[in-house]
Amino acid sequence: MATEAHGAEGGGLVFHPMDQFIVKPLFGGDAIGLFTITNVTLWMGIAIVAIVALMVLGTARRATIPNRTQSVAELAYVFVYKMVEDVAGKDAVGFFPYVMTLFMFIVFANFLGLLPMSFTTTSHFAVTVVLAMLVFLTVTIVGFAKNGAKFLGLFWVKSAPLPLRPVLAIIELISYFVRPVSHSIRLAGNVMAGHAVIKVFAGFAAIATISPVSVLAITAMYGLEVLVAFIQAYVFTILTCVYLKDALHPSH
Amino acid sequence: MATETHAADAAQGASAPGMPQLDFSNWGNQIFWLMITLIVIYFVLSRIALPRIAAVLAERQGTISNDIATAEELKAKAVDAEAAYNQALADARIEAQRIIAEAKAEIKADLAQATADADAQIAVKAAEGEKKIAEIRAGALEAVQAVAADTAAEIVAAMGGKADEKAIGSAVADRMKG
Repeated sequence: MATEAHGAEGGGLVFHPMDQFIVKPLFGGDAIGLFTITNVTLWMGIAIVAIVALMVLGTARRATIPNRTQSVAELAYVFVYKMVEDVAGKDAVGFFPYVMTLFMFIVFANFLGLLPMSFTTTSHFAVTVVLAMLVFLTVTIVGFAKNGAKFLGLFWVKSAPLPLRPVLAIIELISYFVRPVSHSIRLAGNVMAGHAVIKVFAGFAAIATISPVSVLAITAMYGLEVLVAFIQAYVFTILTCVYLKDALHPSH
Repeated sequence: MATETHAADAAQGASAPGMPQLDFSNWGNQIFWLMITLIVIYFVLSRIALPRIAAVLAERQGTISNDIATAEELKAKAVDAEAAYNQALADARIEAQRIIAEAKAEIKADLAQATADADAQIAVKAAEGEKKIAEIRAGALEAVQAVAADTAAEIVAAMGGKADEKAIGSAVADRMKG
């Protein structure tokens, strides 16, 4: 019975849109321990190699007139540097390498995930929650270290009328703790949803009559995903800068 | 058959909850590799890539501002050169005016000198001429007197008279005066 059911499923339309997200050990075995080398390890390693290729090998010539690769590396540098400086303030440039690390990892993980047959590390909550918690902890620790108890002024809206302030304080407190949740789910959710939708359309491509539509839809979705891959990295980074500004200048 | 089904079931069981993301059994593994990745990227960026790019950008900024400064300097030099050229041109013009005026004055002086010389020579020549004319005139008067006396003596002789030479001379002189 069970076998037959499976056979029937295999012959018709089979959607496994979420199978692309399964974490698998690369060198056999089923169990995934803490140090098991998996496809996560592989694609994070590829991200490191790509980042080194762009940011280190691409700038190895240190040319005053840059070639294309060096231009892209400089563009990324200036893009994130300006973001940190403009959004978080001049005194936040000390956090620039940290923010740059987050941005480069997310943008490369997102774009590498767009390669066919690849594994998208940023589609996993395990990854994005850690990234968001890193930002949350950094902001909280830096906020208290730099401003002491004054950091709590972030929740006490001085510009609001006095009776409203306790209510606003509760809302601000909740929104502060929701930040890492939204921060992480926004990134993983966007990336996962897009990839899953592409897989669903790919499943429809097996039916001859609607396969042209399906292929068109995949193309369109892929274009959108290229956009999303960059925009989500940008959003994550700029929100990090906004939170850093809160930590450095907690007054509203 | 049954084992295969079981295996498939088991495989599906792993991903069956729909979202592999919510399979918490591999979170530790992912977090471990993520931390390693982030640390590696952080050190590569903060130790090598970012200082290098910052240096390249600063150097480029320096080169650009240097070039602009050099260009400004050259421009100032060109302006100076133009001013010097104009000055030289004005000087030359003034010099030329001076030389022209000098030459004019010299020529005028020469001309005046030559005119004066010529006038003097003309005056001398004219005086000489006048003197000669006076001499000739005087000579002519004497000759006329002599001829008149001779003629008068001849006429008196022809008329049979005996002319006194003194009387004839005084008579001729009287007539010529009258």
